[in-house]
Amino acid sequence: MATASPAIRVNGLRKSYQKRSVLRGVDFEVARGSIFALLGSNGAGKTTVVRILSTLLRPDAGTASVHGFDVGSEPLRVRESISLTGQFAAVDEILTGRENLIMVGRLRRLGDPRGTADDLLDRFGLADAGGRRVGSYSGGMRRRLDIAMSLIGDPPVIFLDEPTTGLDPEGRIEVWHEIRKLARGGTTVLLTTQYLEEAEKLADRIAILHEGTIIVSGTLAELRKLLPPARVEHVEQQPTLEEVFLSVVGKQA
Amino acid sequence: MTRHVLGDTAVMLDRSIKHVTRSLDTIITVTIMPIAFLLLFRFVFGGAIQADTDNYTNYLMPGILLIAIASGISYTGFRLFMDMKSGIFERFHSMPIARSSVLWGHVLTSLVSNAISVAVIIGVGVVIGFRSSAGLLAWLAVAGVLTLFTLALTWLAVIPGLTASTPDGASAFSYPLVFLPFVSSAFVPTATMPGPLRAFAENQPVTAIVDAIRALFGQQPVGNDIWLALAWCSAILVVAYAFAMAAYRRRIA
Ligand SMILES: Nc1ncnc2c1ncn2[C@@H]1O[C@H](COP(=O)(O)OP(=O)(O)O)[C@@H](O)[C@H]1O
Ligand SMILES: [Mg+2]
Repeated sequence: MATASPAIRVNGLRKSYQKRSVLRGVDFEVARGSIFALLGSNGAGKTTVVRILSTLLRPDAGTASVHGFDVGSEPLRVRESISLTGQFAAVDEILTGRENLIMVGRLRRLGDPRGTADDLLDRFGLADAGGRRVGSYSGGMRRRLDIAMSLIGDPPVIFLDEPTTGLDPEGRIEVWHEIRKLARGGTTVLLTTQYLEEAEKLADRIAILHEGTIIVSGTLAELRKLLPPARVEHVEQQPTLEEVFLSVVGKQA
Repeated sequence: MTRHVLGDTAVMLDRSIKHVTRSLDTIITVTIMPIAFLLLFRFVFGGAIQADTDNYTNYLMPGILLIAIASGISYTGFRLFMDMKSGIFERFHSMPIARSSVLWGHVLTSLVSNAISVAVIIGVGVVIGFRSSAGLLAWLAVAGVLTLFTLALTWLAVIPGLTASTPDGASAFSYPLVFLPFVSSAFVPTATMPGPLRAFAENQPVTAIVDAIRALFGQQPVGNDIWLALAWCSAILVVAYAFAMAAYRRRIA
């Protein structure tokens, strides 16, 4: 496993549920230490991709590797390298915030799960709420706890499936801040989002998943160039990702 | 890996036990119905029932305990369903842990919580006149049969827990189980029942288990009943476990 190799490599991924073909040959790569946004409307198949990469679902065809390990043949190695923050906060409502973190710390066999839990509670502004049952938390607090649980054990690759859906603007900015910090620390982040603004603000590279394939991918600057030049002349500002998105998926802006 | 299985199962058990101890009302819900039946049969119907016994409370006890277990295991289905729904099931499965610990945590919790219910009901039984001359060995044999019965029904409960689409669906399957003791030797001798009913009652597992436990409590020779009881429980366990694992594999890659 060379250090220059990509953190995530996906080749020709296909997946159908019953007769419905959701992924029809998905290819992309994510460079180490970068933030990669998988952008797509509701039902595009983003969660399906994330579930395959986190060894929860087997693809019908194609290969995927994470941190140099194949998801099909070395699932345990993949699980050792990743952390998944699913689309809905996967926290235990009956335990307290601190107990949730300690539980994950023990499962990841940390030396000092309590110390780690307290650090994370502090870092995510949950120190005061740490002793309360998660059932009493607000949506934003749950999401923060959920992300904090994913950071335990410092996995090199983190999947965040729509991490800010359902958060208020303030909560969203906090989560963005944490994601940037992760990438600065060298963690590879794959996030999925329906929010163009989120991809625009956070991601080093963006891929648009539409009708089962990645129809475009690149940096924001590269995606902007995809708009017909004539159109760019007419707008005063730089085209937004929203315009690019609507243009490439073939709808009227 | 074996060490991980035990360590991870301990973490899962700890979590799930907290769910039980923090909603003690579930223990009350589980025990209240069997206790109501116990009182009803002992004080309302008991005088009219010819069970050929000088202590009808003793006669009732085994069937009442089985009813408690049959209703208690529905919480395993419910808790498992909630884990699937909340996404914490997937979080665990994306982590580098022994995956089997996730189900075993729930199953062992069921053994513990049902043991508590059984103890509570035996306590109530003693108050209203339950007496046993059984020695340590006979009590251990009763504990063994009840544990095997709980284990078998718990794996049965895992199936709807993994496959149901509503929380009610995950727990409703236990209702018919709760009524099996009524068509058995649990409350009245099967000899009083009309032909086909009697044939069913004498050949269904509850009768064998009830007769075996009744004999153990009463220091009577257990004869074939104990082997028949163990055979029924083992058979249910093996079949339920096979179907549960098949359902599990369908849910997770
Ligand atoms: N387990 C499943 N069974 C059947 N269809 C599914 C299942 N999971 C997802 N789908 C369907 O596959 C499509 C893609 O789903 P998903 O990957 O969740 O999309 P996204 O995360 O982009 O919203 C949707 O139409 C969804 O209804
Ligand atoms: Mg999704």
